[in-house]
Amino acid sequence: MATQHSRSAARIMMAPAVILLLGWMLVPLAMTLLFSFKQYLPLRGGDLGWVGFENYVRFVSSSAFWPSVQATLVIVGGVLAITICFGVLLAMLLDQPFWGQGIVRILVIAPFFVMPTVSALVWKNMFMDPVNGLFAHLWKFFGADPVVWLSEAPLFSIVLIVSWQWLPFATLILLTAIQSLDSEQLEASEMDGAPPLKRFWFIILPHLSRAITVVLLIQTIFLLSIFAEIFVTTQGSFGTRTLTYLIFQRVLESQNVGLGSAGGVYAIILANIVAIFLMRIVGKNLDA
Amino acid sequence: MGRITLDKVVKRFGDVEVIPPLDLTIEDGEFTVFVGPSGCGKSTLLRLIAGLEDVTDGQIRIDGNDATDIPPAKRGLAMVFQSYALYPHMSVRKNIAFPMRMAGIPEDEQKRRIDAAAKALNLTDYLERRPGQLSGGQRQRVAIGRAIVREPAAFLFDEPLSNLDAALRVGMRMEISELHAKLKTTMIYVTHDQVEAMTMADKIVVLRAGYVEQVGSPLELYRAPRNVFVAGFIGSPKMNLIDGAEAAKHDCKTIGVRPEHIAISDSDGQWTGRVGVSEHLGSDTFFHIHDTGLAETITVRADGEVGFRHGDTVYLTPREDSIHRFDEQGLRIA
Repeated sequence: MATQHSRSAARIMMAPAVILLLGWMLVPLAMTLLFSFKQYLPLRGGDLGWVGFENYVRFVSSSAFWPSVQATLVIVGGVLAITICFGVLLAMLLDQPFWGQGIVRILVIAPFFVMPTVSALVWKNMFMDPVNGLFAHLWKFFGADPVVWLSEAPLFSIVLIVSWQWLPFATLILLTAIQSLDSEQLEASEMDGAPPLKRFWFIILPHLSRAITVVLLIQTIFLLSIFAEIFVTTQGSFGTRTLTYLIFQRVLESQNVGLGSAGGVYAIILANIVAIFLMRIVGKNLDA
Repeated sequence: MGRITLDKVVKRFGDVEVIPPLDLTIEDGEFTVFVGPSGCGKSTLLRLIAGLEDVTDGQIRIDGNDATDIPPAKRGLAMVFQSYALYPHMSVRKNIAFPMRMAGIPEDEQKRRIDAAAKALNLTDYLERRPGQLSGGQRQRVAIGRAIVREPAAFLFDEPLSNLDAALRVGMRMEISELHAKLKTTMIYVTHDQVEAMTMADKIVVLRAGYVEQVGSPLELYRAPRNVFVAGFIGSPKMNLIDGAEAAKHDCKTIGVRPEHIAISDSDGQWTGRVGVSEHLGSDTFFHIHDTGLAETITVRADGEVGFRHGDTVYLTPREDSIHRFDEQGLRIA
């Protein structure tokens, strides 16, 4: 991009993509903002005019709001904890040389390619079904009563399903990070008298800290908006109604577009707070 | 104390024998340099001594005790790596403290040793910095500091200067020699640079393909190389090796004459040739002489003021008492 000419050429060539992306983002955002200040009930009279901040107040003061925030946090936190802990372990395992490494790595990544709806259905029907599920058979084999996963431990079940989907992503990023660790550092620490656990704690884990932050950031943003897994399993019952799901219910089940849009604006603000917060951590990490 | 003995040590990677049975003794307090071309097994040998590689066969003894199966940390050796291997997320102080922390040495003793090491290595002002904020030479010193505080029986250096620029390398070479003079601890130093070997070593071990070609002091190796390989490897520029009729005159297969033992003249001499490239270093000038009928080029060292031009015809005279003679097997004839 040295000359004036090539710079303006670059701008022109990038313009279609930028305009498309902006339109794709700005139009829905503007419409959400617009509807959030309106009483808009498509099946019960349509556009009933401006109501100011009433939708915002109603959304927060509804009895479903705080439980949904709590459910969101539990799911996001649970998935993050599981994927990062197991991701680090799996990454270290896959970093070891063993026979069939290439195939095993592809297999480990496979769950990430399965669509959320499909994977949730597979889990629901093949693993967690209290009659025919694999877990039920396992429980019965040991003489225990099968667990009705989705009603007895609904949040845990959803965390499990979502973790299964996101573990490959975490593993992949952490694996590449672990591969970039200078082996001389490990040898130096070995000579310095650090046993394997201390080598992990003092050398490997600090080396991974940046990758872990990146996983944390990206996953949080995606996990805040999980929907399919809840939709095909519990439909938001048994305390699994997340903020995203609550908004969906407000708009489509209660047919209250205005109220849902206000919730959507809250979700945007929440996601941005998380993003800014995490960007700062990553930024700080990148400086060091 | 740090007397290291290798007894018929063998290292194989699969079917490849990297180190054939090798015997070597490194005396306490000695500065020993392993030198050889790349791939000669010198780094492997060092890693065997450090315990980072397992010995396939044979025995390593440190101060008379069998150390073959002792883990690296328990051998009482400290190593300085080529990449320095500093821990990037720890400050210099924590880097230096790390081995002591692992050994459970009390805090105040740690502090005392860190301060002593930092003072000796001119690191006092940098103790709170991260390795990433230091220059190459400073990082090198931190790596050495981390080794010193362990008060090891011997230091192992794995090509520690190869990542530094030329000027810094000379400086660090002196610092390491100075350190050895002060600590009087055994040091084993691996390098492919024969200048480093010559300038620093008490004892040089020349390796080729895992075999020890010669062991001796720098001057012994310079004066009496045991074979053609050592003759060509030690000394800079390389010794001129001449085969054929000229060698036959001396009743041998090959004769070797160092560039500094050949006189160059524009009027008369034993051999005739044409000047090719000349390298002017100021103090010395190296002439590469072609068309002598002896070897492809003959390198000659002359005084810095001698000025022959490209293409000039010159006459060369080797110093008779400095001609090295080698037999069919390439071994030295006394």
